[in-house]
Amino acid sequence: MKRRIQAWIDHRTGVETAVRNFLYENIPASSGWHQVFGSMAVFLFLVQAFTGIMLAFNYAPTPGDAYNSLRYIITELTGGRLMRGLHHWGGSMMIVVVALHMTQVVVWGAYKKPREATWMVGVALLLMTLAYGLTGYLLPWDNRAYWGTVVSTQLAAKAPLIGPYLSRLLGGEGPVGVVTFTRFYALHVMLLPPATLLLIGFHVYLVRKHGVTPVAGDTAPKKKFFPGQLFKDTVAIFVTFVILFVMAIAVQVPLGRLADPTDTTYIPRPDWYFLFLFQLLKLFEGPLEVFGSVVLPGMAVLALLALPFFDRGKLVAVRRRTAAIAVVALAVVGWGGLTVAAIVTTPRSAEDEIAEGGPQDWHQLSPEELAGIGYFRKENCVACHATGEGRAAIGPDLTRKAVRKTAKWMIEHFKRPQQMVPGSAMPAIHLSDPQLNALAAFLLRLNPRNAAALHSTPAFVVEGAMVYQAHRCAACHQVNSAGMKLGPALDGLARRRSREWVEEHFLEPQKLSPGTVMPAYRFSRRELERITNYLMSLPAPGVAGP
Amino acid sequence: MLTVEEPGRDRRQFLVAWIYGLWGLIGAALGVPAAGYLLFPPRARDQEEWVDAGEIAPLELRTPEEIVFRRNRRDGWKMISEKAAAWVVKLSETEVIALAPQCTHLGCAYHWEEQKQHFLCPCHTSAFDLDGKVLSGPAPRPLDRYNVRIEKGRLRLGAVEERPAGRPDSASGGSAAGRSAEDTVTASFPRESKG
Repeated sequence: MKRRIQAWIDHRTGVETAVRNFLYENIPASSGWHQVFGSMAVFLFLVQAFTGIMLAFNYAPTPGDAYNSLRYIITELTGGRLMRGLHHWGGSMMIVVVALHMTQVVVWGAYKKPREATWMVGVALLLMTLAYGLTGYLLPWDNRAYWGTVVSTQLAAKAPLIGPYLSRLLGGEGPVGVVTFTRFYALHVMLLPPATLLLIGFHVYLVRKHGVTPVAGDTAPKKKFFPGQLFKDTVAIFVTFVILFVMAIAVQVPLGRLADPTDTTYIPRPDWYFLFLFQLLKLFEGPLEVFGSVVLPGMAVLALLALPFFDRGKLVAVRRRTAAIAVVALAVVGWGGLTVAAIVTTPRSAEDEIAEGGPQDWHQLSPEELAGIGYFRKENCVACHATGEGRAAIGPDLTRKAVRKTAKWMIEHFKRPQQMVPGSAMPAIHLSDPQLNALAAFLLRLNPRNAAALHSTPAFVVEGAMVYQAHRCAACHQVNSAGMKLGPALDGLARRRSREWVEEHFLEPQKLSPGTVMPAYRFSRRELERITNYLMSLPAPGVAGP
Repeated sequence: MLTVEEPGRDRRQFLVAWIYGLWGLIGAALGVPAAGYLLFPPRARDQEEWVDAGEIAPLELRTPEEIVFRRNRRDGWKMISEKAAAWVVKLSETEVIALAPQCTHLGCAYHWEEQKQHFLCPCHTSAFDLDGKVLSGPAPRPLDRYNVRIEKGRLRLGAVEERPAGRPDSASGGSAAGRSAEDTVTASFPRESKG
């Protein structure tokens, strides 16, 4: 019965015959483990397509929503963190596997006549892979994405002759914004995938047309692709997948702070596979810069394309291809050296430095004001307001105007902007009254001198202060002389208490401080971590300065 | 020189089994999380929000009134402020309910027919009585109700509770569990006004 159905379908569609032809392809007897990389690359492309579609189901591709929707995917959706991890690390692994695939082809000399076109299509596929990395980097719309793209678009604008056109194509000469973002997204999901599919199809067609390359002197009768070689491919793919899966689960993919064009502390760096280009650029200064940014990379691509035309000798055994192996080794050393140099010269990020201690702007703010920073960031107020850096913005510069208003006016204004300032383009802020109070408290303190705190205050401090404010800890405790004195002041808590003590004290205050009036707090695990992090980072009195 | 040997029958079955097995594992490792990702609801973090829906004193006995109010709602990754409506009915001097304004059949907006004294859905002519019970038409269950609360003479609305079909509709009927659930969807004045 099964046979008859199969025969019926095959007679109408030819699918079974096609699959059979594909699986029973003749391959050289010398084929083996060294030829699994192409299949691995195709597999990774399929994983990227699958996880990319999954992400697209819940991702909103505009600068206003991208970051929040991605955070929603990671924190709210079952398997969301896994999908994003697979897509992120899958991109990196794709680069690795493509590089291995090309290395194998170079070392074995598999690009030799008549397979030059196969190789050149492969180089085009390499460039596509890099284009995915470049365009996908922007899509999380965090600081890393934003600043990385600012640098790459500026670089593109400096290309000789085509620079201005390239820059317009990527969304205009101005700062990276909605237009650039949308174009990167369109490239990443609309243009590149079908183009890649076509090229992969052409590449595989060429491989089939010329047959898999045998090693030199292999005159043995051919064998079949199925099941021997397919088994090897499958095992290699499975190992790739296991590595990818473990990375997606075990290695956190960074989602930094929301992209902030006013952040002067952020040090942009490209993803690891572009670090060598970044480092190369440093070697060329002034008018020579174009060598590092365009000429050398361009020549490298041309050299890759032309490789089969330089190396035209007869196919010889791998161990006699010393020149090819030397070129590959040299390329690896050069690439590795530049990458390592880029890593060691990267200053530690400002966020790390903040964690090390020393007086900081945020030490002078009360928890309520710090929570205000949280709402300020959450509502993305910097999208429309400048804060003292002299930037042109839709809304007024908050370091100047806000101080002249009262808290009451500001809260009314948050709720009904048009009523307080007719014609205002500001949308109403939908926060609870205590949250608006915190926002107003912070804005009232804001002046050009302390505006840096707005950007430099680490996320853990702000998140902790938001928990502190939401649970009205200030009704009993003081921090920075703000709050009531019913309980002990919390400045410099880390000098007096251990982290474990603080966490346990929240749960059972009576047990650790008999007779205390403090009620027990049942925080969620995340809340507990945040508030404890914050409390343990409070400086002792006097450290904060005047 | 390499020799070629096509795998024997046993070897061949072994390889094919592994090929299927490994691809099956990969498929499951991608497919199961993807199904969870698409099908499971987001982890909810919202607490019920109670919004003010106006004074209750002006309400006339057994005359439904449509009220419109603003409330905040989480919509995916966004918190949105939206307009929402409710049909508020003062069933007796001691009881007030608020009906969600969608027909329980296919979600059309229904209205109050003054002359016939019932709610009528214009889509498939489902009719409901004052407290939301189905009188006729294809609606599968009574109208959904907002949780209600009365504070200082003002009506406050909470989340919408779905009311399963076949449950006794009046507060007096049903089990003890049924009654206590009922208490959250109707609010009585004396208890509140004393408090």
